[in-house]
Amino acid sequence: MSAQDQIQETVTGNDVVLFMKGTKQMPQCGFSSQVAGILNYMGVDYTDVNVLADDDIRQGIKDFSDWPTIPQLYVKGEFVGGCDIVRDMTLSGELDTMLTENGVSFDADAADKIREANA
Amino acid sequence: MPMSAPEIETLLRESFPDAQISVAGDDGVHMSAKVVDESFRGKSRVAQHRAVYAAMKGKMDGTNGDLHALALTTGVPD
Repeated sequence: MSAQDQIQETVTGNDVVLFMKGTKQMPQCGFSSQVAGILNYMGVDYTDVNVLADDDIRQGIKDFSDWPTIPQLYVKGEFVGGCDIVRDMTLSGELDTMLTENGVSFDADAADKIREANA
Repeated sequence: MPMSAPEIETLLRESFPDAQISVAGDDGVHMSAKVVDESFRGKSRVAQHRAVYAAMKGKMDGTNGDLHALALTTGVPD
């Protein structure tokens, strides 16, 4: 199976997918750990894909989304963004809305705490 | 080969001649850029950032990309 097929299958087969460097327990890049940290703190159930473990996926995901950097967040098969966008969406509350609209459960109090901490 | 802030600004200026562009960062590898341009009006944030990454003409792609990270802030003029 090609990297593109593998990626397609992963993003359509799982509600929330984070392509990152490292794993959700052990992120290995500051930007990946920021996004993983937000999702972990908000109690979002997501599939983490460690691009460092597979060079085809590492390059393939950039072609798949036409986005040159890692991490990359997908919700219901849709590319949401990288570290900057996910952070901005968290602080603005857009991420809460998107998760709710897509039937993805999360800890709303935790999301509020993140916003308070960054106010 | 790391990229300096002026080099990044020049590259972005080629694609966004009328934009307000400010580039920061000093290690040449983890840089940040703010681009405010009329062409972004009505575009989603992802589309705006994609346009800026495209303007970098491959300087960020692949493991041998010059730039490891370019933190972006984009928007439209008031």
